[in-house]
Amino acid sequence: MTQSISITVTVNEKKYKRDVEPRLLLSDFLRHELGLTGTHVGCEHGVCGACTILFDGESMRSCLIFAVQADGHNIMTVEGLATPVSSPHLYPDGGREAGLHPIQQAFWEAHGLQCGYCTPGILMTLVPFLKRNPDPTEDEIRHALSGNLCRCTGYQHIVDAVKLAAEKMR
Amino acid sequence: MKPAPFQYHVPHSIEEAVLLLRDHEDDAKLLAGGQSLVPAMNFRVVQPARLIDLNRIAELSYIREDGDVMRVGAMTRERHLEFDPSIAKRVPLLSEAAPFIAHPQIRNRGTIGGSIVNADPAAELPVLMLALEARLKARNASAERWIDAHDFFAGMFTTALAPDEILVEIELPFMPPRTGWSFMEVSPRAGDYALMGVAALVTLDENGKCTQAKLVYLNAGDGPVDAKQAAELLKGETLNDPLIESAAALASEKEINPFGNIHTSADFQRHLAKVLTKKALLQAAQRAGELQ
Repeated sequence: MTQSISITVTVNEKKYKRDVEPRLLLSDFLRHELGLTGTHVGCEHGVCGACTILFDGESMRSCLIFAVQADGHNIMTVEGLATPVSSPHLYPDGGREAGLHPIQQAFWEAHGLQCGYCTPGILMTLVPFLKRNPDPTEDEIRHALSGNLCRCTGYQHIVDAVKLAAEKMR
Repeated sequence: MKPAPFQYHVPHSIEEAVLLLRDHEDDAKLLAGGQSLVPAMNFRVVQPARLIDLNRIAELSYIREDGDVMRVGAMTRERHLEFDPSIAKRVPLLSEAAPFIAHPQIRNRGTIGGSIVNADPAAELPVLMLALEARLKARNASAERWIDAHDFFAGMFTTALAPDEILVEIELPFMPPRTGWSFMEVSPRAGDYALMGVAALVTLDENGKCTQAKLVYLNAGDGPVDAKQAAELLKGETLNDPLIESAAALASEKEINPFGNIHTSADFQRHLAKVLTKKALLQAAQRAGELQ
């Protein structure tokens, strides 16, 4: 018989209660149970980084965590970035360019994305990275991006976008 | 690319976990960080009937000093090894090597115990356990025992743990005084599995003579490879270029046994081992000298 477990997960500051099968991946839970399709699914074995989310504030692969393991935990997905109402600390002067997070804004301005498939994972990788390292060198940026694969933009513009984002956030 | 169904168990204490494992050892797998197990389950290479998830056992996650050893709970995240100030001070080899373990996203979830028990010959932590002469504490429902790292790794993805045992703690002796360290590897991209890697430790006496050395390699055989003869060659000697050359040649030509893979030939792995050994020994010796 299929086991069903009741979980309560906070995603982007909102509480969700659902019954899930233990084998349900967190990535699929976010997309199919909660409809948060900003978290993309690429390789499903922890290599591509497209499904990167924040789990209690740290970047992780949501395809390598079961949804049941998120019970009681705090998740942030890419949808949580551009929510100025719930993140007033990011916009102290009230300036909210289309409600974008400064990292998103920088990716837009520096052409840091083309098809955009890998972008949500990259953004979620960068949030804790830039918090820990507000003034990264190009080497450090490339190192930080090594766990996220992009197949079309080319990394140069992504690196430029990260530099711009760091500037905006300092 | 989705895991097959399984029964999920979530113990909140070691006691509960070992009892569950005793009752289900035939068809259960332990879930630590899941950074190797979950991909294997997604591919359905592994289809355990049950998972015993250790992530809710708070008593398995800690880093603390105890006399002249560090004690690390098996469920401590790899990322915490990287940033812990006690580890940086007492076993700096581990701090230096931790950032080489996959990507930050993996280290945030992956655990020290999970990587050790997985015993992947290409992984960093088994190599570090040998280099640091760790002792590993295993527990089952009725007893606990300590296993030396040297007796723990029994081959590719194989350890000395019995089916009913859980690795609960890692004991790391403080690195001795005047001991220099180095960790080097070569990988196609940062965070990828390395083609070759080495952990080196060198202890020098007041006169600059080597009293103790260690050279342990990853991706160089069916487990972490301890090049004892090369290390022995250095003992009692002042480390100079010809001696380092001889030790690197001995380790890379005679003591390791790399298989080659899709990214590299075995010959190239031996070449890398030789180059890395020389660089690592020089760095370790220099650091030991600075600690005089």
